[in-house]
Amino acid sequence: MEQGPPDPERQLQPAPLEPLGRSEAGLGVAVDEEAEGAGEEGSGGDTMTHNNFWLKKIEISVSEAEKRTGRNAMNMQETYTAYLIETRSVEHTDGQSVLTDSLWRRYSEFELLRNYLLVYYPHIVVPPLPEKRAEFVWHKLSADNMDPDFVERRRIGLENFLLRIASHPILCRDKIFYLFLTQEGNWKETVNETGFQLKADSRLKALNATFRVKNPDKRFTDLKHYSDELQSVISHLLRVRARVADRLYGVYKVHGNYGRVFSEWSAIEKEMGDGLQSAGHHMDVYASSIDDILEDEEHYADQLKEYLFYAEALRAVCRKHELMQYDLEIAAQDLASKKQQCEELATGTVRTFSLKGMTTKLFGQETPEQREARIKVLEEQINEGEQQLKSKNLEGREFVKNAWADIERFKEQKNRDLKEALISYAVMQISMCKKGIQVWTNAKECFSKM
Amino acid sequence: MPSTGPHSLRDMPHPLAGSSSEEAVGGDSTPSPDLLMARSFGDKDLILPNGGTPAGTSSPASSSSLLNRLQLDDDIDGETRDLFVVVDDPKKHVCTMETYITYRITTKSTRVEFDLPEYSVRRRYQDFDWLRSKLEESQPTHLIPPLPEKFVVKGVVDRFSEEFVETRRKALDKFLKRITDHPVLSFNEHFNIFLTAKDLNIYKKQGIALLTRMGESVKHVTGGYKLRTRPLEFAAIGDYLDTFALKLGTIDRIAQRIIKEEIEYLVELREYGPVYSTWSALEGELAEPLEGVSACIGNCSTALEELTDDMTEDFLPVLREYILYSDSMKSVLKKRDQVQAEYEAKLEAVALRKEDRPKVPVDVEKCQDRMECFNADLKADMERWQNNKRQDFRQLLMGMADKNIQYYEKCLMAWESIIPLLQEKQEAK
Repeated sequence: MEQGPPDPERQLQPAPLEPLGRSEAGLGVAVDEEAEGAGEEGSGGDTMTHNNFWLKKIEISVSEAEKRTGRNAMNMQETYTAYLIETRSVEHTDGQSVLTDSLWRRYSEFELLRNYLLVYYPHIVVPPLPEKRAEFVWHKLSADNMDPDFVERRRIGLENFLLRIASHPILCRDKIFYLFLTQEGNWKETVNETGFQLKADSRLKALNATFRVKNPDKRFTDLKHYSDELQSVISHLLRVRARVADRLYGVYKVHGNYGRVFSEWSAIEKEMGDGLQSAGHHMDVYASSIDDILEDEEHYADQLKEYLFYAEALRAVCRKHELMQYDLEIAAQDLASKKQQCEELATGTVRTFSLKGMTTKLFGQETPEQREARIKVLEEQINEGEQQLKSKNLEGREFVKNAWADIERFKEQKNRDLKEALISYAVMQISMCKKGIQVWTNAKECFSKM
Repeated sequence: MPSTGPHSLRDMPHPLAGSSSEEAVGGDSTPSPDLLMARSFGDKDLILPNGGTPAGTSSPASSSSLLNRLQLDDDIDGETRDLFVVVDDPKKHVCTMETYITYRITTKSTRVEFDLPEYSVRRRYQDFDWLRSKLEESQPTHLIPPLPEKFVVKGVVDRFSEEFVETRRKALDKFLKRITDHPVLSFNEHFNIFLTAKDLNIYKKQGIALLTRMGESVKHVTGGYKLRTRPLEFAAIGDYLDTFALKLGTIDRIAQRIIKEEIEYLVELREYGPVYSTWSALEGELAEPLEGVSACIGNCSTALEELTDDMTEDFLPVLREYILYSDSMKSVLKKRDQVQAEYEAKLEAVALRKEDRPKVPVDVEKCQDRMECFNADLKADMERWQNNKRQDFRQLLMGMADKNIQYYEKCLMAWESIIPLLQEKQEAK
């Protein structure tokens, strides 16, 4: 998958002029796109830098992690890890990259960036961050956040996160993302100034809320179902894999005991001594080979974890769609009821039982003037409602179109990545088998000399 | 016990003469001058209070070890073997009192001790036990191969399970083969009876009677003298056996632990593979690769199961046999010490009375002979055993390596076979 240090192929390409499903959100500043939640309304003056920056080929890397101690908002001592982000431009003709920016960020800032992206790009499957705390670990692996191996794996994960955004046709042009890479100070303030928190629909965060949608889009319900299943199957897979790793570790390490006992035994044997002694050595080699094998496998687990978290991102898009559909249906319902009221007033018939109908009956008819006035108000409201419904419909269609385009893109990326992950997993297994054959062949050679 | 010992010593250079040592059990054999001689010696022994050895019946150590070596070579090419014993066809017998397993023992031999060229009898574990104690009794200077443990943890191991019976059958077969391969033990008449008698119970009852008759003399000897110092070479054997048994015990524990870990690993793999199948049901393009991985893990699980089965069936029993073997060896060593101690005590007694009697008495000389014979037999057996052990362990450990190589090769094949599947799909796309 797309982790590790950037290679030439991973160099960022300028975004296509016609990004998927967002042709109207081109390079220009699109202030009128709030309805869609587009996030490119950054101050217009920066547009030039913006474009220039992205027309270059750049490389992004998270090259270092460092443990730091500081004071948090509550003025409490805290320890955290900071990551060094380096961006290099490779615009030079000789292909040499030049360091353009390098700055430190901590995990919480990555989180802030992602939260911002989630709000501004609800129709995009936003790349997930690596886990905050080590999950699905087998017992030999530390679950400590400060553990060097964990920090290293997270460094790779964070780099991958940035590369995913940078290679995304739409996200890569985001101003805040650009500043994340280039502006060390005040970045947080800039993010907060976008007011993304106000835009965030609190209903999306209510995890278990379901919106009863009358006409759900089957594609999205299927996708939501798929995300749920994907999440459950990958987490099951990761859990079992951790146990498999545990057991495999045990099998190899117990063989290490042969190393010691063969060597001790060889001391009392004459003809068998040499063979035993060297076979013991091979058993030691066998036992220690598992460390590297399982370390490599952890990379595979990380690749799977990314897609475990992607499932959540996928679900977020589905939820957003659900919510829009819900709003749309509520608006349509509201409009329908207003229209009915209007009709009732106009014809003087009450088709359905209502409190209003009761009061009219009890307190007598209102004057024609009053009725006229009410009809007028209602008609205005209907007009307004129709406009709103129209725009919501438009918005919804737009959302579906864009979201689906990104989902298609995501599916392709997923198939490609996971296939690659499976290949690399198979290659790992092959190399483990080859190592095993080698060690046992060596040991057999020793035994045969006994 | 020592009362029957000298016979074997006498028998050694003339193995064909060793068909009988006691009249009670010699009934089946063809009477021969040797037998008569043996009988007379036997009677003599029984009345000797200390079980002394008749002078001149001992054999030089060199001849016995030479014979051992020749016999060992014979074993290797198997061409000049004249006795073949196979244990097979276990059968379960259910009676009102007990349930037990019998095994068929088929013997083919061209030896004159066997009236027929082929015998087939059924024996149960108890009978093997009887044979072993008879051998120990009649050949005290020799290393008797061990029987598989009688001890069975009730409830943990099913005594009548196919695996248990098969493992035991193999061990019993090995036990008889080891006796068959031995230049002295294979001519033991109890062994002959065991292989040929229709009803072993007759002999078993006689055996008990004999034991009570001999009780006194056995007791006398085991009453014991204290050994001053073990000769260096036997001390070395003793030390060797202690360490050997200790190391083998460790290896046995490691091997069991590995099997346990492997079985647990297998359990997890059995769950791991199907998860990929579940996943593949969700996917379109990825379905095939995921299914491939699932099948591959399935194949690896099968290979692992074969590995653990092989190790359980072939590796562990051999280790056990050698652990028990070292116990047998130690007990022979102890008996030897006893004989030496007896000799030393007698010599000391003579030294005290030296002024009275200038010449070493006959019984002390006999005792010395007995000790020397014992030493020679033991050394020869030890040498045989060392050779067998070296061969057995070379084979055993190479087998372990082979099984592991085979396991990895199967897994390798499985994983290599799915690589094209994964890559092809990608390129096709």
